[in-house]
Amino acid sequence: MIRFDYARPGDVAEAVRGGAGDHVAYLAGGTNLIDLMKENVARPLEVVDINRLPLAQITDREDGGLRLGALATNADTAYDERVQARYPLLASAILAGASPQLRNAATNGGNLNQRTRCYYFYDVDTPCNKRVPGQGCGAIVGVNRIHAILGASDQCIATHPSDMCVALAALDAQVQVTGPDGGRTIAFADYHRLPGDEPWRDNTLKQGELVTAIDLPAEDFSTNYTYLKLRDRLSYAFALVSVAVAMRLEGDRIADVRIALGGVAHKPWRRIEAEEAIKNERPSDTVFDTAARALLAGAVGQGDNSFKIGLAHKAIVRALAQAAAGTPQSQTDKRIR
Amino acid sequence: MNDAVTIDRAAASRVAAHPIATLPLSLTINGETRELKVEPWTTLLDLLREKLDLTGTKKGCDHGQCGACTVLIDGRRINSCLKLAVTLDGAEITTIEGLGQPGDLHPLQSAFIEHDAFQCGYCTPGQICSAQGLINEGHAKNRQDVREQMSGNLCRCGAYTNIADAVLDVLEKQA
Repeated sequence: MIRFDYARPGDVAEAVRGGAGDHVAYLAGGTNLIDLMKENVARPLEVVDINRLPLAQITDREDGGLRLGALATNADTAYDERVQARYPLLASAILAGASPQLRNAATNGGNLNQRTRCYYFYDVDTPCNKRVPGQGCGAIVGVNRIHAILGASDQCIATHPSDMCVALAALDAQVQVTGPDGGRTIAFADYHRLPGDEPWRDNTLKQGELVTAIDLPAEDFSTNYTYLKLRDRLSYAFALVSVAVAMRLEGDRIADVRIALGGVAHKPWRRIEAEEAIKNERPSDTVFDTAARALLAGAVGQGDNSFKIGLAHKAIVRALAQAAAGTPQSQTDKRIR
Repeated sequence: MNDAVTIDRAAASRVAAHPIATLPLSLTINGETRELKVEPWTTLLDLLREKLDLTGTKKGCDHGQCGACTVLIDGRRINSCLKLAVTLDGAEITTIEGLGQPGDLHPLQSAFIEHDAFQCGYCTPGQICSAQGLINEGHAKNRQDVREQMSGNLCRCGAYTNIADAVLDVLEKQA
């Protein structure tokens, strides 16, 4: 860790003023940032501690939705009674990730802004275009078992590591941010980005912007949903492939469905055409297979991670079946039914 | 941080040239209020072990992956290696030394002995603080819940089955 100056603003305006300069990092739960600083991957010269800002509340919205404060912890969010009752997909995804200790510290804003766990990004002795522009990608020619199969570029094949964000993508959340130029709302699909030729940019935040809240729309997906996470060990591991499904049935037909994938791309992976393709259909493995094909069209393996294409296909079909049956994946009993 | 790791050497040199400013910090540790001064980069784990001689809390991986450094902050289990101490001003910290002492063991400590829930013992303080956090949280109802909710604590000796037994024993006695 290199030396840095420390500031602890008491309100959002003061924090944003402090966050506007170069080499400044906002510090919330610290579960990713402090680790990156220890590895010399993150080298802020000023740390703005935002933990005293009044952004930890979870509040009902007038439109029937819910506002998750950026500083509410992942644990407080997952166990919030309103989240459990109205957004069980989100609660399930959060509880599928990390460990209880980490969820007690990690915040919602930080979950969005955590960085990839690509081993080359973390190892400053190897090349990484995300860490140092133009340096090259160690993963493309190296060990890439955990890497992206969709939306990657010839400069970066890193994945976004979050479980929570996969559920937020399926739920069409909105991200509230504020910065030097004032506040704005970012649709979740537009928040994270694909690497393209600027792989160092994980998201569309502008310099100095601070996430203040995440808004969940009122739509009810509390019956037909699932978060299915596949990984190398049953707990406390990042997803190789994960699938969030939010579905609404009318009679025996799929009236609405959202499918988001984790562990396969630089952002939670959704394709509206895959969802449209199965609306108004009766749930069946054939229909689910259609969605999986559309969602995974153009998937490319890098060698070590090529297994993810077939694994993701089967996971999508299974997750859609779980959601349609109203039997969501248990995050305690890990058996997949 | 949403950008490349550019190194502004001139700016870094300016920061490094400042005299090291220690910041005031008030913590209640195992019931005792302490007025401290820390450098901003000092983690809670390093503060406990290196400055306060509370070496019961262990440094395993120092990256939030093993759970050996677990302590209770305001009653909640946290990896102390990933918390800058300065961010915790006003908090109540409980370490293994605050849970029990020789001759006055905490029920979890007694249960770990009774169930042979450790071998080398290095992960044990973190396991026990984590188990107390699990009990405080109140979300575990059975053995499967205990196993899942203790998954943030690794035991390289592999005492997991006995750890689950010990935690479940205390959980059920307190229920």
